[in-house]
Amino acid sequence: MTAQGIGAAVKRREDFRFIKGDGKYTDDINLPNQTYCYFLRSPVAHAAIRNIDISAAQSAPGVVAVFTGADVDASGAGGVPCGWLVTSRDGNPMKEPKHPILAVGKVRHVGDPVVAVIAETLEQARNASELVQMDLDELPAVVNMKSALQGGSSVHEEAADNLCFDWELGDQAATDAALAGAAHVTKLDLVNNRLIPNAMEPRVAIGQYAPGTEDYTLYTTSQNPHVIRLLMGAFVLSIPEHKLRVYAPDVGGGFGSKIYHYAEEALVTWASKHIRRPVKWTSDRSEAFMSDAHGRDHLSHVEMAFDADNRIIALKCETLANMGAYLSTFAPCIPTWLHGTLLAGQYVTPAIYTNVKAVFTNTVPVDAYRGAGRPEATYILERTISKAAQELGVDQAELRRKNFIQPNQFPYQTPVAVVYDTGDYEPALNKAMELADYAAFEQRRAEAKSRGKLRGIGVASYIEACGIAPSSLVGALGARAGLYEAATVRVNPTGSVSVLTGSHSHGQGHETTFAQVVADKLGIDIGNVDIVHGDTDKIPFGMGTYGSRSIAVGGSALVNALDKVIEKGKKIAAHLLEASADDIEFANGAYTVKGTDKSKAFGDIALTAYVPHQYPIETLEPGLEETAFYDPKNFTYPAGTYICEVEIDPQTGSTQIVSFSAADDFGNVINPMIVEGQVHGGVVQGVGQALMENAVYDDNGQLLTGSYMDYTMPRADDVPSFKVATLAGTPCTHNPLGVKGCGEAGAIGAPPAVINAIVDALKEYGIDHIDMPATPEKIWRAINAQPRMAAE
Amino acid sequence: MPTISLQVNGKTVSGEVQGNTLLTDFLRQNLGLTGTHVGCDTSQCGACVIHVNGDSIKACTMLAAQADNASVTTIEGLSQGDDLHPVQAAFREAHGLQCGFCTPGMIMSAADLLSKNPNPSEAEIRSWLSGNLCRCTGYHNIVKAVQIAAGQMSGQRIAAE
Repeated sequence: MTAQGIGAAVKRREDFRFIKGDGKYTDDINLPNQTYCYFLRSPVAHAAIRNIDISAAQSAPGVVAVFTGADVDASGAGGVPCGWLVTSRDGNPMKEPKHPILAVGKVRHVGDPVVAVIAETLEQARNASELVQMDLDELPAVVNMKSALQGGSSVHEEAADNLCFDWELGDQAATDAALAGAAHVTKLDLVNNRLIPNAMEPRVAIGQYAPGTEDYTLYTTSQNPHVIRLLMGAFVLSIPEHKLRVYAPDVGGGFGSKIYHYAEEALVTWASKHIRRPVKWTSDRSEAFMSDAHGRDHLSHVEMAFDADNRIIALKCETLANMGAYLSTFAPCIPTWLHGTLLAGQYVTPAIYTNVKAVFTNTVPVDAYRGAGRPEATYILERTISKAAQELGVDQAELRRKNFIQPNQFPYQTPVAVVYDTGDYEPALNKAMELADYAAFEQRRAEAKSRGKLRGIGVASYIEACGIAPSSLVGALGARAGLYEAATVRVNPTGSVSVLTGSHSHGQGHETTFAQVVADKLGIDIGNVDIVHGDTDKIPFGMGTYGSRSIAVGGSALVNALDKVIEKGKKIAAHLLEASADDIEFANGAYTVKGTDKSKAFGDIALTAYVPHQYPIETLEPGLEETAFYDPKNFTYPAGTYICEVEIDPQTGSTQIVSFSAADDFGNVINPMIVEGQVHGGVVQGVGQALMENAVYDDNGQLLTGSYMDYTMPRADDVPSFKVATLAGTPCTHNPLGVKGCGEAGAIGAPPAVINAIVDALKEYGIDHIDMPATPEKIWRAINAQPRMAAE
Repeated sequence: MPTISLQVNGKTVSGEVQGNTLLTDFLRQNLGLTGTHVGCDTSQCGACVIHVNGDSIKACTMLAAQADNASVTTIEGLSQGDDLHPVQAAFREAHGLQCGFCTPGMIMSAADLLSKNPNPSEAEIRSWLSGNLCRCTGYHNIVKAVQIAAGQMSGQRIAAE
């Protein structure tokens, strides 16, 4: 390891612009002659559109154009597409109703865009929108998933029973048989609460049309500009790739919510051609709450069966998953292939069966949010096993240890389709227990008790599947795209390197970590490496950043491109050194003839490639630039154990996290500082889900948590500092860097660790479960319900 | 429209503003100082924190007209030329930022804390920063950065004395 290479805690290069206020986010871009778009959105959850009168708005001061769904429809534009087709257990494809850019015929959720008002200023657009007359016939809102399936009102005609698909995975007969013959069965009903991602930068989109060349540019807050180009160009606006540039500059966080192609992106692009001027839309936060895709929102019933020796023999899980009003880009894949496949967790479970029913409701579409399916699976497993430990009277850590897949069982074929390539779970458990001082917990509980406080400790051992995923596999599972990644390594004549990567950094620090990989492989200074991302005009192709895939997939593409550069360099070096290419070695930035001191620096080779005076020109092209597309061979499987310790005030029901310990196996690590930062951030999002965050709709489908005044996110004084250990771990066996991905682990492992700790603290009241978010009110009510129940 | 005149990052600027123009919009639109960010519409996120007459305030909650004759420092004016303010340097040192969107407000808020309380406890840091939301870092490294900056600045004061 060098000071700048793989494994070094290099300080981030991108920080300089951010700490000085020099970042360039999409809203910082203003184009000459630009107009401003304001979206008038549905104020109700479900209604038939009788009439929309835009005449007064059209003649309001500063208004350039007003568009409705009818205008968009008349132009032949398609709907917002879904990128994943899930097939029901009866063999039928999922129901896939059209998702219009602007509502046509019906509005289907609060926030559904209905009219786009474009004016010289945002204020004029906003003022004019108030002159639009929307004549809506309200229909009964479909909000609750269970009642949605029982008939009545339908979100879409195509799905009268509001069922999008009914999917299953695993062996139902074997699972039922094991449950029937079990020594013990633990049952649990779980709510995985609906979350609103809330990246701190709201979404922004600017559409620009150049009449002279008939080119379009979309500036947008995206995690994957090439995917937006593909979806919007091919499916919505029929713009061929070579006429459409999508550019996502600095992006202020994503957490999944900026993966998807959104209606607003299509509208501003479409409108820019109609009015021949750039069209800019900036979401305000209230708009974000009702238009960014939400996350989670599952209801599950779980049954976990044990034999007499406390070994898990089966797991059965039935889940309702909320899709919201329309299918967002990846929505169908989240509760299915990113969820059911993780239900083995870290345990040997001979039989697993899961059934998932996806439900349309009159709510904002639900899609991937940090973790996406895997937090839901982990919550199911880890809550249930801790409840089982309580019922069986055994220690929650030891029950996990007893059931762990053993190191000699890898590669491990789970009963739910996936094969874990590698892992070793006990070291993470042991490390987390050591960090948490697990052994001395009961003393701390007693000490807290003496102060009138309730202490609890919770363990969660997570596994996740990252780096989505082999294209042939995801294709078989319903993906409508490949999930490889691309990288170009452009060696400039003076030996500096520009990397064009299809991965997108919106907080992950790729400008540092990817440069570390280059510096390490080429033996050059990190200062001579530039990482370029986010612009479809510069980068050959890319599938973007989500599912903790950047280093595992994008980094692998980068390594393969670097290897091609090194190999070509060998041929150039062989010519200059008058040796056979087979005798040339490359190390520490120099090409050397084996066993001699004859050597050429990498920079000399680069210069020769571009000034090919003395060059094997008959057999080798000049230049030094290589591109690689890398298609992953499997998912990667990071794993770890988190331990949370809480103290609850029984008088108020408020929970304080007094200690949080995390031990993770991410395989090889490029930059441990950045990896730990990812864990911190993920854990706090997980703590947010467990303790405070909750998207609440009333029975009419009104979003009650529509601002930061109502939707509670963790603040600095809600959380402690953490004890985090990144283990040497088990390197991934099937990618060139041996890396696994670390972006989502915290958000996956933290929620069950927190809830397990809370339930542990409350066990003296006979409480065996608290649903997320475990607010003070919920805990207080649970505590105060118990004595009355006992008295009755 | 009223005309306002104020000091921004040491320079006198003036401009016509509507009565309802927010200070954030004046900074971002009129002056092109896009380091001050807007992350919400309820004065909750703190991405827009700047200094007005030496105090940190949320620029989204102040009218531009109210800043007439004021002395304003934004993130762009915090460093002295190429010399980073100790809080800026510490945020990089401690990996106290990821996507960078909350960072200007977070740094401006922390700088004000250290000007008023040079040696804050962890609890005091967390309490002070509770008006600034960060979705990326989990606050762990932000707190560490403020602690590093506090040490750095007290070292500078001792050296100066």
